[in-house]
Amino acid sequence: MTERILVTGNEAVGWGAIAAGCLHFFGYPVTPQNEITEWFARELPKRGGCFVQSQSETGSINMLFGAAATGVRAITTTSGPGWGLMQEGISSIANAEVPCVIVNVQRGGPGAGTTRHGQMDYLSVTRGGGQGGYKNIVLAPASVQEIYYLTQLAFYLADKYRNLVILLSDGILGQMIEPLELRSRSFAPLPEKDWAIKGLKWHKDGRRRVVMAMQGLMPTPPHPPYANYLQLLEALNKKYMMMEKEEVRYDTFEADNAEIIIVSYGYTARVSKEAIVLARKEGIKVGMIRPITAWPFPYQIIREKALNGAKFLVVEDSLGQLVEDVKMAVQGMAEVSLLGALARHDPTDVGMILPERVLEEILKGA
Amino acid sequence: MNKERICGLPNIWLSHFAERQECGGCQYPIVYRIIFEVIEEMGIVGETVVVGGAACGAGILLNTPTDTVMPNHGQCIDVATGIKRASPESIVLVFGGDGDVAAIGAGAFLNAAGRAEKFTQLMLNNGHYAMTGGQLAPTSIMGQITSTTPEGRNPSLGYPINMAELAAAIKGVAFSARGAVNNIKNFHQTKSYLKRALQKQMDGVGFSFLEILSACPTGWHMSPLESLKWMEGQMIPQFPLGEFKNVDQL
Repeated sequence: MTERILVTGNEAVGWGAIAAGCLHFFGYPVTPQNEITEWFARELPKRGGCFVQSQSETGSINMLFGAAATGVRAITTTSGPGWGLMQEGISSIANAEVPCVIVNVQRGGPGAGTTRHGQMDYLSVTRGGGQGGYKNIVLAPASVQEIYYLTQLAFYLADKYRNLVILLSDGILGQMIEPLELRSRSFAPLPEKDWAIKGLKWHKDGRRRVVMAMQGLMPTPPHPPYANYLQLLEALNKKYMMMEKEEVRYDTFEADNAEIIIVSYGYTARVSKEAIVLARKEGIKVGMIRPITAWPFPYQIIREKALNGAKFLVVEDSLGQLVEDVKMAVQGMAEVSLLGALARHDPTDVGMILPERVLEEILKGA
Repeated sequence: MNKERICGLPNIWLSHFAERQECGGCQYPIVYRIIFEVIEEMGIVGETVVVGGAACGAGILLNTPTDTVMPNHGQCIDVATGIKRASPESIVLVFGGDGDVAAIGAGAFLNAAGRAEKFTQLMLNNGHYAMTGGQLAPTSIMGQITSTTPEGRNPSLGYPINMAELAAAIKGVAFSARGAVNNIKNFHQTKSYLKRALQKQMDGVGFSFLEILSACPTGWHMSPLESLKWMEGQMIPQFPLGEFKNVDQL
């Protein structure tokens, strides 16, 4: 029988990581994700794992780089200012093509912003964030169970593509408590990490390995494989196009005959779902498309709905970030409106977008 | 002294790297030679992982006979922490410049030392940022002319940081020393320091640190001979050579 436990979304990250065989954590305290750091500090040592509290998020991201370069599965988690500090390291990891998993439990910004929830890192997360133009797979869960599942998927996709995968949570998902079924997922087998560094004597062929954040700058046989800068760009482009082709994931709710379609992710998707149930009771044909991969984004399904004449309402706790992707998807063929952070129910940082407010907006549009 | 070791032919030849375009009189290749000789003499080529970032040393790291990780400028100390924690059986040697260790990576350095991370950190001190054109570094000495201190470093720009002495003051550090490669005596002394530093790592005692003064005639706008004189007359008085800490237990 599958074990069922009651945990927060933040703790579900830990359970997901363990289920994926990750025993290495590096992190720095920042609210509202401290429960993850504390969970790993408590749980990893008894499983023979490694927990390091770094001196900064710059430190965490680079420690993650080093650990993952040896071939182990490793993770770091952060929020707000910490996400900002990590960008240079993330860019290095993108160049070095080291598989890493990062969790961003979003809070309000800009700057130190609030220590509570928010959804204000969407563009930074999906557009790269750091210098030099790269792509990360971004997974956006909307429940504790999904955090657990997507954390496992994150490790699989990171290894599959030798790429960064970001789990995009938020302060509300992280703090909320729900039942979690501890059911580890199995994925297709992956090739051995023959590129990983450790020391010559551990390589079957006895040849040296090089992991470098300046791939393309200097040729180095036999690893890495790129003879020049253009070869690196071509390889990255090919990889990113493959992800866009293979890895788009989304969820729909009451979307089949919907005239109004809500696009939302994370906690606002949960809120919107409740509003949709209420609106359907009043006979309004409203449904939802919830991107599970914020990158690669599900442009196709949104475009199809736009062609069929649906209107779109984007619900997100920011001043408008996800809405840009939706506008790009519909290419002017449908009306797109935004219910954003200005619709919070309370003027202090406690404020959040509530189902009643979403329902009001649906009724206005119907 | 073991005659065979001194006279025997090394397996790792510095001439393998002769195609590298080092500037005339640069002492980095002497340090490479020390590294290669030491890891071979200690029989640890197969276990060693060399970590180094974007600096004058980057080129040689591409050609070291060991596994290598090249992160970005300032990231090496944290990357090395990750490597050693995930692979404790590897011997991790970090090759950094003074900007890498004493400026952009200073926070990482102090904390890795404080946590007693079990790897060996080298800091090649040439008193300025050589690769970017010779700007002021935390290790530039008083009066030193750099491209961002055209009138020479004066007190309004602060004072140099002595990293080896600083490291020695940290509890988590097992070994800290400063060497130079400006003459044969110092060459051998520095080589023995590196062996001791690596041995501390292998014995799992704590963080080990070795600062090496390195002449940069191009950056200093001097001839190689003038550089050696300047190092002896100006640099060594500010950065005295010697062992500042050597303990078998923290």
